[in-house]
Amino acid sequence: MFASDVLVAQNIGFAIIAAIMVIGALRVVTTSNVVHAALWLVVVLAGAAALYVLLAAEFVAITQVLVYIGAVMVLFLFGTMLTRARIGSETDLNNKNWFLGIPVSVLLLATLVIALNDGFGNQKLPADPSVASIQEISDQIYGPYLLPFWALSFVLLAAVIGAIVLARRD
Amino acid sequence: MLVNQFLILAAVLFCIGVYGVIARKNAVLVLMSIELILNSVNINLLAFSMRNGSLDGHTFALYIIAIAAAEVGVGLAMVLLMYRNRRSIDLDDLSEMKG
Repeated sequence: MFASDVLVAQNIGFAIIAAIMVIGALRVVTTSNVVHAALWLVVVLAGAAALYVLLAAEFVAITQVLVYIGAVMVLFLFGTMLTRARIGSETDLNNKNWFLGIPVSVLLLATLVIALNDGFGNQKLPADPSVASIQEISDQIYGPYLLPFWALSFVLLAAVIGAIVLARRD
Repeated sequence: MLVNQFLILAAVLFCIGVYGVIARKNAVLVLMSIELILNSVNINLLAFSMRNGSLDGHTFALYIIAIAAAEVGVGLAMVLLMYRNRRSIDLDDLSEMKG
C-alpha cells in the first residue's frame, strides 16, 4: 500500500494519523455517550487537519482547525447541552435495526476500494510539491471561482437567518 | 506517498459515516456522522489537488468547510426546535408523514 522507495517519514506519519482517524471515527459511531462522540470527532477532525498539512495544503488545514474544531465543535456541544443529553452513557442512541448499516457500509467500502485500486493503482503523489501560498488561493477564489463564492455567501446568510428564525422562542 | 492511500482512507471514513447515518437514532449523532462524510470528501479533493498540481481542490475544500458550517448551524437549530416541541431528539419519533 505504501510507496517503498521514497518519503519514509511521511509514510510513517500518514500511517499513524490514519490509524488514529479510523479509531476515532469508529468511536464516534459506536460510543454510547453523546459528549464522548463529540470529543472523538475532534480527534478525527484534527487528524484531517494533519493530513492536509501532509498534502501541502496549509491554509485549508488552518481553516479546518479554526472552523471545525473551533466553531462547529462548540455548536455541537451547545446542541448537546441544550437538548439536555444525559451526562454519562445512554442506552437508546441506535435504531432498532442498526445492524443493517454494517452490510451497507462494508459493501460500499469494498466497491470503493476495488474501483480505486483499478483507477489509481500505483500512481504516486509528487515528492516535492510546492506549498500553496494563501495569495494563490485567494487569486483562485476571487478570480475564476468568484461566482461560487457569491453563492456561498448567500448560503451562509440564509443559514444564519434560518438558524435564528428556527431557534427563536416566540 | 501514493494517491491511493489517501483515497482509501477517505473511503473508509466515508463508509464509517454512512454506517453512522444509518445506525444512529439521536439527531446530533447523525449530524456528526454527516461531518465525517464531508471530511472524507475534503481529503479526496486535496489529494487530487496535490496529484494534479492545481489549486482548484483547495478552493473547493474551503467552500465545503463553509457549507458544512452552515449545515451544522441550521441542523442544530432544527434539532433544538424538535426538542422543544416533543422533548426528544430521536429521529424515529418524526413519523407524522408516515402513510
